[in-house]
Amino acid sequence: MNVDIFGVYFPIVLLIVIGFLFVAVTLLVTKVVRPNRPTPLKQQIYDCGENPVGKAWSAFNVRFYIVGLIFIIFDIESALMFPVVSVFKKMQEMGNGGLILIEILIFLLVLIFGIAYCWRRGDLDWVKSYHVNKK
Amino acid sequence: MENTVVSYFFQFDCVKDFLARMSESLGFNVIPLFVVAVFLLAILVVIGGLALVGGAGTLAERKISADMQLRYGPNRVGPYGLLQFLADGVKMFLKEDVIPTDADKFLYLVAPVLCIVGVFGTFAVIPFSDGFAITDLNVGVFYLFGISSLVGVGVFLGGYASNSKWSLLGGLRGASQIVSYEIPVTLSALSIVLLAGGLSFGTIIGAQSNLLEQYSWGHGLPWNWFIFHNPFTIVGFFIFFIGALAEANRAPFDLPEAESELVSGYHTEYSGMRYAFFALAEYIEIFVVCGTAVALFLGGYNVPFKIGGDGIVGQLLQAGVFIGKTFAMYYVVIWVRWTLPRLRVDQLMTLCWKYLTPISLFNLIGCAVWMYLFNGKSFLQLFF
Repeated sequence: MNVDIFGVYFPIVLLIVIGFLFVAVTLLVTKVVRPNRPTPLKQQIYDCGENPVGKAWSAFNVRFYIVGLIFIIFDIESALMFPVVSVFKKMQEMGNGGLILIEILIFLLVLIFGIAYCWRRGDLDWVKSYHVNKK
Repeated sequence: MENTVVSYFFQFDCVKDFLARMSESLGFNVIPLFVVAVFLLAILVVIGGLALVGGAGTLAERKISADMQLRYGPNRVGPYGLLQFLADGVKMFLKEDVIPTDADKFLYLVAPVLCIVGVFGTFAVIPFSDGFAITDLNVGVFYLFGISSLVGVGVFLGGYASNSKWSLLGGLRGASQIVSYEIPVTLSALSIVLLAGGLSFGTIIGAQSNLLEQYSWGHGLPWNWFIFHNPFTIVGFFIFFIGALAEANRAPFDLPEAESELVSGYHTEYSGMRYAFFALAEYIEIFVVCGTAVALFLGGYNVPFKIGGDGIVGQLLQAGVFIGKTFAMYYVVIWVRWTLPRLRVDQLMTLCWKYLTPISLFNLIGCAVWMYLFNGKSFLQLFF
């Protein structure tokens, strides 16, 4: 007899489905009991009590884009580090720890070089100084 | 296979006998039914408990802040105001759900759902005890970081879809803050994975049970915890904690909803139950990050001296120890909020990219070298 019939990820799927159901049922119940009296004024965007000026969907600062780029590099790096790091202990017990250590060091040195480069270029500064480009 | 709450109950002979007899008398195999029923029960208990934790979190926040500022706090509903969160919940139910005409309606409706489902999803791997974790995945830590990123997506979408300037600023800040602080948090978790030699929470907590084999009485005592494993992990714990505060949008990193400058940040335009989902998700996420910190660094569910053994009593004690440690951390999180002033955006980014990330990279290298030089022995094992 075996209880592992639905696979390992079955409880997770079940949990997420029930999470959605929880949200849906709550929203349905509130829909029944809550008032619903929309007026054009009530449905305006909050702009400190004034009539809203323009839309919020406009161009925003490029520094968010740079942070996003650096994040993607580091996130991929940590995703790739997970397998190496989780076998380190086993390899160490087998006597191959040095190999993994060198792998980790090479991988991290590339990243450290990357972050040092970004730092030097000033991409990590939130308020970017333009004096660097002038000289 | 992985340990799940089902496989824990299935190891008892009486459960096996009962299932065999039920199958015989009913004429079909009841095991699938049993599996689904136990999972459903466990999940309903967890989600019910979570809603309670979220509600009680709001109350605890108000009570503790009142305590720190020499006020009484809520004290009208129920004894000592303990039922305040129920009253707040009922109020949320009865509030009108205002959807701005200019908003992107689909994204506006989806964002709070993403937030709360992302937080619920993390609870599949939170280890309450070695039998009562819903499932102990062999990629547990990885799964946890993956699914909790949904919250960041929800925050950003909520801010973007509202079409309000305050919301957009809050959502953008939230997105950049959550993605930035994920780096130091993941890197310090990696150093623990490296020392434990596995990604499942069972392996990680098992590695903190008893380090000194000749002294078996020392089971579960603080010196076995990973925070005291070597000098790098102590630093790693604080980096993890700071980063986790920022990922849960807690003060001093509550820039996405900075009420004194952005009205209410990413949920300015939300009202009624949808606002409640954002608030609930925030308070439950604090529980998740505290629980993760406890599991990774503070010994998880290990009961001191192994009181209670491996039976049902032991399991309940383990769950009690885990939840108790998590609530202690929860108190620290609230304490920090009412002690420290909020950071500026540029200070926030400087702290993450110029301090925490380099330190955690150094930490990871340090842990790897320690592992290689001392064969993964802890500071204590080197002397005893």
